[in-house]
Amino acid sequence: MPESRTSAANGAVNGAQGHGEPVTFLEAIKQAIFEEMERDPAVVLLGEDVGVYGGAFKTSEGLLERFGWERVIDTPISESAIIGAACGMSYLGLRPIAEMQFIDFIACCFNQLTNFVAKGHYLWNAPAPIVVRGPSGGGVHGGPFHSANPEMYFVHTPGLKVVYPSTPYDAKGLLKAAIRDNNPVLFFEHKFLYRRIKEVLPAGDYTVPLGKAIVRREGKHLTIVSYAAMMHTALEAAEALAKEGIEAEVIDLRTLLPLDEETILESVKKTNRCLVVHEDTKTGGIAGEIAAILCEKAFGYLDGPLMRVTALDTPVPYAPPLEEHFLPNAKKIFAAAKELARY
Amino acid sequence: MKTDPNKDHLGKDPAGKDLTRQQYLDLYYYMRLNRAVEDTMVKLFRQNKIVGGLYSSLGQEAISVGTAYALEKKDWLAPMIRNIGALLVKGVPPRDIFTQHMAKYTSPTLGKDGTSHFGDLDNLHIVSPISMLGDLIPVMTGVAMAGRYLGQKIVAMTWIGDGGSSTGVFHEGLNFAAVQKAPFVLILENNQWAYSTPVKRQVPIENLADRAKAYGIASYIVDGNDVVAVYRTAKEAVDRARAGDGPILIEAKTMRMRGHAQHDPAEYVPKDMFEHWKQRDPIEQYEKFLLEKKLLNAATKKELEQKMEALLNKDRDFAEASPMPPPELAEKGVYCTGDDCHKIAAQWERDKSEVMPPKSNIAAVWKVAAFGTGKGSGGKNAPIHFGDTAAAEEQKDNAAELSPKAPAKVVRNGAAKTTKVPAGKARR
Repeated sequence: MPESRTSAANGAVNGAQGHGEPVTFLEAIKQAIFEEMERDPAVVLLGEDVGVYGGAFKTSEGLLERFGWERVIDTPISESAIIGAACGMSYLGLRPIAEMQFIDFIACCFNQLTNFVAKGHYLWNAPAPIVVRGPSGGGVHGGPFHSANPEMYFVHTPGLKVVYPSTPYDAKGLLKAAIRDNNPVLFFEHKFLYRRIKEVLPAGDYTVPLGKAIVRREGKHLTIVSYAAMMHTALEAAEALAKEGIEAEVIDLRTLLPLDEETILESVKKTNRCLVVHEDTKTGGIAGEIAAILCEKAFGYLDGPLMRVTALDTPVPYAPPLEEHFLPNAKKIFAAAKELARY
Repeated sequence: MKTDPNKDHLGKDPAGKDLTRQQYLDLYYYMRLNRAVEDTMVKLFRQNKIVGGLYSSLGQEAISVGTAYALEKKDWLAPMIRNIGALLVKGVPPRDIFTQHMAKYTSPTLGKDGTSHFGDLDNLHIVSPISMLGDLIPVMTGVAMAGRYLGQKIVAMTWIGDGGSSTGVFHEGLNFAAVQKAPFVLILENNQWAYSTPVKRQVPIENLADRAKAYGIASYIVDGNDVVAVYRTAKEAVDRARAGDGPILIEAKTMRMRGHAQHDPAEYVPKDMFEHWKQRDPIEQYEKFLLEKKLLNAATKKELEQKMEALLNKDRDFAEASPMPPPELAEKGVYCTGDDCHKIAAQWERDKSEVMPPKSNIAAVWKVAAFGTGKGSGGKNAPIHFGDTAAAEEQKDNAAELSPKAPAKVVRNGAAKTTKVPAGKARR
């Protein structure tokens, strides 16, 4: 049974027709920001160390030199000010990209996002076309404050959109779509994927629509729903399951809010079994929401219980043995899928 | 900056010196209208026609009116809940305020929110407030930055209370505005009470304007019950912000003459404190001044009152006759659906090519000593390093250039004073 977290680390998963050299997830993000800033002077970038330093993960390297101080704005360590200012800028028609140096720090501007930004369109007809992006997720021994998956706080907030891609192709296409969207979009970038995964990207401009999941692997015995880094782990488990004659269909959610219920329901109506895998902690994770949707809309199709493989309900621990125990892996997914397939 | 001690107190101001008669009368009209709108709403509240809470700005009208009156039409403001006067000055009709409070379908938010929680991005340039105080400070900083970026030469203004000045986002926002030198004016209404907590139990300093020093920005203190002093101070601040002096903090000292909201009888306020401030009612004081200076006479006053009454009757009737929103409306409008919903386009008032490669400018766009210039590093090849210490000479020049410009101006207790506080020092 393979132990590594991704099997797709060296190849494309979506089979897109590309050209040239394969690029990393990080490079895909960088390309998206660069190309959007090049295309539209209303796009500006602000965040901690995004300018001179080029961002903690170098996603904005070279942007200051190309676009100047007015468009690439180094900020103080003030997440509420970053989000507030981005929102204010958007009211005059700009499309700011606000970077959280690590997505864990988004908790510092929770009020600004959930009470001000998210409610504006509903309450007073004020769209706020901003993107809040940042590196998220564990598996890199970043410890409890640099490894979080805080997506569900925001999935519970009407008015926001929440995107969490798993491939370089999607990262670039979804980020471009997010920048062009008229709503506030939170864009989570799993840092485990940043340099571990490469893909050849198409030449020229393309977007990937928000709110659309994708079937990464077809199968008939059960459906595994996942996203971000865990999508790769789920694919790895699916390969192992295939050797035992169990064909798992793997769905990559890509956008968590709005959730693409249709793709999930369509698959589960075919396979009659559903396993949700996420790196977020268990209680209140999106697996619970998907379970509820299946009960409401596909109860008669289910041959077994909805199962979930998630991180533990604890903070993300630092020591490698602890973090490995905390995180889901292909082995855990394999075991859960085998159990589910018996129904 | 020149300060004339006689200039700032209305009782000593030579009439017509720098306000036209119409401007004097405008200030009077809007203060009267502010109070009349709220009086009307108190009646509506007692008739159970107001759905939620009602927050009074009694005694604070001079601040809302005097500050907003200093703005130009293209400028942006974001009120707090008590800044009804600022909304009126900016062009909001009383009917919007009535329908908001009565949760009517005809209100700017269609009944989705109440009070002064509404805005207008397209025409009046008003950003809606929320109940979490301080959040508007970085938001209006962003408005100011975007305006500058687009070449619009606008100023953004918002208000905060003595209470709200203790929030973290107050600090984050004002600091960011300062380091960005954003054209932003923050009015700190010190009405001495945050709900039931007196200012002395919130903040261990006498003048909240002193907080400006921490951000290296200019500040003023003004008698918040003197509408002419408020206007003049705000005008000066707005002009300076527009000219590129960076954000400015104005502390307006006043007194909240009612409880936190209608439900609160404010029994925690000493009676003599109310008595003291009642003698200093901003409208009564100003009316007396106008009559003395013959800027207003009985006939003009009556004409103005009739105009106001007709407007209020019409707007109140409209609000009362308006329907409540249909229940299904609750489901609508969470997301902007795209161009069919909002066509978002920035209004460029500078040549776009200035911000696009290859014209994008990596030289700093506003001057911050030793920042972005590479000066002091001695390296022509390092145009954007900012870690270097400025040469001593350069720092000296900078201090000399900046320090004497902005003394904090104190206008209170019937006499204007200039303190020694060099509020402009370290202003960047």
